[in-house]
Amino acid sequence: MSANGLDFSIAIGGAAGQGIATPGNILARMFSRRGLHLYAYNAYQSIIRGGHILLTIRIRDREVLTHGDGIDLLLCLNQDTMDRHLRILGPGSRALYNSDKIQPGEAPDGVILCPMPIAELAGDSKNKLIQNTISLGVMMSLIGLDFSVLEEALEQAFKRKGDAVVEENVTMAQAGYDHATTHFESVPEPLPEGKKPLAMWTGNSALAMGGAAAGVKFYAAYPMSPATGVLHWMANHAHELGIMVRQVEDEIGVANMVIGAAHSGCRAMCATSGGGFALMTEAIGAASMMEIPAVFINVMRAGPSTGVPTKTEQGDLWQVLGASQGDFERFIVAPKDALDAYNTVPELFNLVDRAQCPGILISDLLISEGTFNVDPDLIDLQPEIDRGDLLVDPSPNGNYLRYADTESGISPRVTPGHEGFVHVVTTDEHDEDGVIISDEFTHPHKRRRSVEKRARKFLGVAADVSPPTLEGPQDAEVTLVGWGSTYGVIREAIEMLSEQGVVANQLTIKWIVPFHSEVVDEILSSAKRVLIVENSHSGQFARYLRSETGFSAHGHIRKYDGEPFMPHHVVEGVIELLESQAAIHIPYQEIIV
Amino acid sequence: MSTATATGTAEMIGLELARSPESPKEFKGKVTPDWCVGCGDFGVLNALQRALFELGLKPHEILCVSGIGCSSNLPGYLNTYGMHTLHGRSLPVATGAKLGNHKLTVIATGGDGDGYGIGGNHLMHTARRNIDLTYLVMNNQIYGLTTGQVSPTSRPDMKTKSTPFGNLEYPINPITSAIMNGATYVARAYSADPKHLTEIIKKAIEHKGFSLIDVFSPCVTFNHDNDFAFFKPRIKKLEDEGHDTTDWKAACEKAMAWGDEIYIGLFHENDRPSLDSLEMVLEDDTPLSRRPLGLSSEQGETLIGRMM
Repeated sequence: MSANGLDFSIAIGGAAGQGIATPGNILARMFSRRGLHLYAYNAYQSIIRGGHILLTIRIRDREVLTHGDGIDLLLCLNQDTMDRHLRILGPGSRALYNSDKIQPGEAPDGVILCPMPIAELAGDSKNKLIQNTISLGVMMSLIGLDFSVLEEALEQAFKRKGDAVVEENVTMAQAGYDHATTHFESVPEPLPEGKKPLAMWTGNSALAMGGAAAGVKFYAAYPMSPATGVLHWMANHAHELGIMVRQVEDEIGVANMVIGAAHSGCRAMCATSGGGFALMTEAIGAASMMEIPAVFINVMRAGPSTGVPTKTEQGDLWQVLGASQGDFERFIVAPKDALDAYNTVPELFNLVDRAQCPGILISDLLISEGTFNVDPDLIDLQPEIDRGDLLVDPSPNGNYLRYADTESGISPRVTPGHEGFVHVVTTDEHDEDGVIISDEFTHPHKRRRSVEKRARKFLGVAADVSPPTLEGPQDAEVTLVGWGSTYGVIREAIEMLSEQGVVANQLTIKWIVPFHSEVVDEILSSAKRVLIVENSHSGQFARYLRSETGFSAHGHIRKYDGEPFMPHHVVEGVIELLESQAAIHIPYQEIIV
Repeated sequence: MSTATATGTAEMIGLELARSPESPKEFKGKVTPDWCVGCGDFGVLNALQRALFELGLKPHEILCVSGIGCSSNLPGYLNTYGMHTLHGRSLPVATGAKLGNHKLTVIATGGDGDGYGIGGNHLMHTARRNIDLTYLVMNNQIYGLTTGQVSPTSRPDMKTKSTPFGNLEYPINPITSAIMNGATYVARAYSADPKHLTEIIKKAIEHKGFSLIDVFSPCVTFNHDNDFAFFKPRIKKLEDEGHDTTDWKAACEKAMAWGDEIYIGLFHENDRPSLDSLEMVLEDDTPLSRRPLGLSSEQGETLIGRMM
């Protein structure tokens, strides 16, 4: 516990297949139920068995935005974890390990080694994963919590597997707890309890649940990390919530199926990562041309190509901006965290329904696979649903024009099945009645009218999107600019900078399109020094900002090694750029995972 | 069309009716087809209009989805709801629309390049999914709209603009492929025999599951190898051969025949349940697209409960 309150990080390291997720989930749920805020980041690899995984759970007594800067309690499930991470532990932190199998090596000054004689504690147990349960018991003692808290959590976690499994786990955890209580020193202050129990979700489950709340009735996907969590949530809830979920042969099929379902009148959505999104792009343009509203989610991972499937990056900005041939209108939005992702999905559906066009939501591995917790009262389960000019029960007047050239540009929409409104929608350019003007009778005036109609309807709806605002002191020495998922790390870095006497504020861009050029330009032009923080090598966002505003930032902090920014990376970057007047800072990633 | 021989003028007909149509002509769309004079696709369009009429369907109950190509212009020539979509993508779009509103009669149309070439992957998976769609492929064994290149069904050695020294690739057999991939109604027809084609289409629409109808629809402009003169003496009807449509092996043997005898008719049919009939989410008969949106308070509370 620092002067600022509780801030404690637990990391569990091992190989894939060693069962890291289970103790991780048990701990996270336990803390969450006790009202402690947390964020969990799992650094993993594209392998089912082997490799190295490091799950970090950071706990605070107030909002947690990142996985933090350090590890207070490291559980080493194998020698590799010890070899990789013991050296980065700081004074007062503890390393737990199975002393039968793991050699600790030389610990940095002040690091407390906690060897666990697993074979002795496990007794007759034949359960290969029992060291995980024993370790949970040890950790409970080290963080100063009563064993009953863990006992309850174990019962919750294993009750579906039967009493015998619960009993074995409780007994083993108790053995670990008792051993630790007699052999190791607990942290100086036990972890406190929070005000009220918190709910836990990943960014992907927030995106999926946001879809359900928005009224999504059709979800299609092809599995692709790190977007697969959305598919899993949807598949698990399909029957209960009445959502049609389809796994399709490829992302081309996914996007087109979503368009078909959307045309029938459903709210329809799909999610993928950059490679799958590349396959979806032609369909996104088709949705624009046919004026069919649908939502496409790109959860970015490190590219190009198949890239690094389990690592994060903000490298798809220009892919999304350039998605599909032609010059057309679509919304593009990048939420900041899980709750924002949840809220953004219904908001985006309302916009695309009103403007009858596609919408793209950009997430990344950091948000989508990160575990967040949230005050359940902040989750709006019944957000506003606005389907725009969708005629639900229309009466025919004999003169329906699907693409009527109205003043707003919005043509009232009728879905197939309604008597008196038969029409054809086309991916070729068409006249007001849907008849194509592409093959035999092209017509420059009609083409111009169609292009302007689509643009006009979009601008009218887009005007309702809120511009970004500057957060923090107005007269800051430095303004940090980011987009999407870097919101949290920038905010935390600003708190840390303030402790060091550097006054900073932040501007996070959530709406990529519409981009509020004038507002952004005004904010940044009056800022003293502007630094852009982003997860890409070439500075994709810096380039986009320049293209939309003409504004060039004074400096850049960029990370593209696959691992997300830690707060101190940003802090060090700001200080270096302020002191040296250098243009760019590339943080060094200390934790090798 | 980009072909020089295209004829016809776009004209408004505006024939949609609340009552049941009194003649197949009432299924004529707003636009007069701009296909080349003598194109096989006219026969397919006429047969489709007649089939819809004879089944007693109303225009607003039908959605016709196509891709890109000469034959994919068909929805514009039909007085039903229509979607003229991307090249090769009619089947996933049609699948989404059918699942979104399973009360619609959904028909997908297109050509051999659209369906067997760029959209080939979707055909395989739509067949195994066995969704209740009727897929009408106007197979002319050539790329017509792009002015005459080799197609996935062009014969070996065929000389086209993209194979000036002859086609080195073996053609796909749509019939055996569809049977192998699980389609539950697989037929072949000939656009110059509209009566037979009409019956095949009617049965396909009535069939609950995925139906493929591969129609020989000769291209009079770019394919001089497989023209009406080629087909006329060779076409034999399975109905005249005592073919057992439940025998998929016999169906495949008949489908492979490509010499003096080329068979048309229903090759194979079975009653494996369609995807939409198996899908629990559609047990409530209201189409998905007509159901209320959002979460009930109870659903929301359950979701939050699981997050605690």
